[in-house]
Amino acid sequence: MIPQEFNDLLTSTFGEAILESKLDGVFDPFIVVAPDRMPEVARFLRDNEKTLCDALMCLSGVDLTKGKLGVVYHLHSTKFNHKIVLKAFVTVEHPHVGSVEAVWKTANWHEREAFDMFGIVFDGHPDLRRILMPDDWEGYPLRKDYQVPEFYNGMKVPY
Amino acid sequence: MDVIVTDVEKGRRPSTVPGLGRQLRSEEMVISMGPQHPSTHGVLRLELVVDGEIVVDVIPHIGYLHRCFEKHCEHMSNYQQVVPYTDRMDYVAAMSSEFGYVVAMEKMLKIQVPERVEVIRVIMAEFSRIVSHQIAIGTYGLDIGAFTPFLFCMRDREHILDIIEETCGARLLYNYNWIGGLSHDVKPDFQDKVREFCRYFKPNIVELNNLLSFNKIFVERTANVGVLPAEVAINYGASGPVLRGSGVAWDLRKNDPYSIYNRFEFDIPVGSGERGATGDCWDRYMVRAREMEQSVRIIEQAVEMLVPGDVQSAIPKRIRPEAGEIYVRTETPKGELGYYIVADGTASPARVKVRPPCFVNLSALPSMCRGSMIADVVAILGSIDIVLGEVDR
Amino acid sequence: MGLLDQRFENGNVVITSVDTLLAWARLSSVWPMQFGLACCAIEMMATGASHYDLDRFGTFFRGSPRQSDAMIVAGTVTLKMATRIKTLYDQMAEPRYVISMGSCSNCGGPYWEHGYHVLKGVDRIIPVDVYIPGCPPRPEALLEGLLKLKEKIRNERLIIKKPA
Repeated sequence: MIPQEFNDLLTSTFGEAILESKLDGVFDPFIVVAPDRMPEVARFLRDNEKTLCDALMCLSGVDLTKGKLGVVYHLHSTKFNHKIVLKAFVTVEHPHVGSVEAVWKTANWHEREAFDMFGIVFDGHPDLRRILMPDDWEGYPLRKDYQVPEFYNGMKVPY
Repeated sequence: MDVIVTDVEKGRRPSTVPGLGRQLRSEEMVISMGPQHPSTHGVLRLELVVDGEIVVDVIPHIGYLHRCFEKHCEHMSNYQQVVPYTDRMDYVAAMSSEFGYVVAMEKMLKIQVPERVEVIRVIMAEFSRIVSHQIAIGTYGLDIGAFTPFLFCMRDREHILDIIEETCGARLLYNYNWIGGLSHDVKPDFQDKVREFCRYFKPNIVELNNLLSFNKIFVERTANVGVLPAEVAINYGASGPVLRGSGVAWDLRKNDPYSIYNRFEFDIPVGSGERGATGDCWDRYMVRAREMEQSVRIIEQAVEMLVPGDVQSAIPKRIRPEAGEIYVRTETPKGELGYYIVADGTASPARVKVRPPCFVNLSALPSMCRGSMIADVVAILGSIDIVLGEVDR
Repeated sequence: MGLLDQRFENGNVVITSVDTLLAWARLSSVWPMQFGLACCAIEMMATGASHYDLDRFGTFFRGSPRQSDAMIVAGTVTLKMATRIKTLYDQMAEPRYVISMGSCSNCGGPYWEHGYHVLKGVDRIIPVDVYIPGCPPRPEALLEGLLKLKEKIRNERLIIKKPA
């Protein structure tokens, strides 16, 4: 399927949950989905026999600055060999996105990582804990406004 | 602060384990394995929930080697400076990690690199694949209890490292692939050396197979252990030998070719349950052993394609891509390595997210380990072939 | 001056000081802990394997800190790992030595500036005897570091205090 068909299919099925899309002039065409509707859209894309996106290649958190955070999903179908990118945008004050862990197991650790690094909360994730940083770490390191602490557990952090 | 983990470390019995999702039953015990353990291939920590000798669940704890790769990318003053850090992710096969990054950047900048560069890159990437698989196989033998294969593998590895060292001056971390070119051209006798290596190495693969792959003890320890069915592997997003061991012929060099991989003839080895069930440890191991033969095949073809040329002619003077984003994936020895690069029009990247194959493959570990014996956990972990530098970044 | 430099003459009597004997016994079999952290661990493995053959120096790796004399900190020490390294060091029996292998464990290496989770030098938590520069150091450099450590052990005095 080409990106335009993805867009038409999703818009006709989910209506207002599809916020916008950019299909031309970019390397990877993407479709923006409402954060709370993400699990349904993901499940639809995986199970629909026209799309069959059975693999989540990558799930990335992004800090878009000015208090905005994004989650980017790179989907792929091993059967049809087509790709599509989904995006969800949230704010720093309310960083809640629906979890797609139940759809693709890949998302489990990737969502934990996005939570660890950006503080994005994935609603419905079975085990949302920090994954890379220690459990008692404060702050979300990959946010642009992150300040490195002076000490951690009595060890000096800066050089 | 996580009190329960501390309980385990102090030798007290915890009532719950974070990540288990339920209370610990009275007959169950938690064993902490790692981060310092000879068989965890680095600093991985596993919490094994065991009932007697049977593993009920495994909870991996990672992040002991989190070196802030993605933060470093954002702080670099230009895109080229990211390359040395990509080396340090998959440090066993550094050429492959660089390769993925420069392929992504060249696609973003729309650079066409010279033929000579492509050929040398492919040779180096396949050398990296052999080196990585040799370490994987050698240390896997160590984990199972066979010491000699390790020495054999390290012996052959030095021959490859000699060729690479002669080319770029480093043994392990190269900074060789630059955006648009290479840091050094190869030496005049490069082709002869590569041909000689191929002649030398091919009988050694047979020797290794006779020594380890079809060894009765080795097969007993690995066949029918840690079976990962194909659909579960795809759902977990597994890639590389872990996916191919489950019988899925999926290799980005064939299925989504990048660079000049579409010009080579080679096969994709897949697991077929020769000695046990499809997708067991032996299958995953054997995919690696057979991939080394295929890599030699690719190198043999590539070395004849080497045309004269300038390897630095396409290197851009100023790397400043327009605002945009790209996701490019390449096949490293461990699996599918993806780079998601966001450019904001400045000289340094706004965000670089890596999709490390080991990270994703490792997340399938609990589903492979459930129901097996404690000793098999080591065999299963070794068959995934993780590099912690890449898992934690 | 090594112990065996003194010749066996006039009957089989070796005359040496107890200090030299003890130091010789120690330095002849330095057993480091098999403990890799990152990239340097691969070079450490290569040093121990067929081509460079660490065993000829009486050195081979032990799996447990209780049986080891030396700790080769081979790789980046992160803050999450640092407390564990301290624990491992405390578990080793004295006399114990530490070799810091590679730039990362010397001073943070390439992660010194922006590494929010990297300890800038393992000497912030445990004492270090020998520093080996390089990213990663070549196997020859590791051998050199080990020989330097042996030199240090040879000059240690346990019984006779050195004049101040």
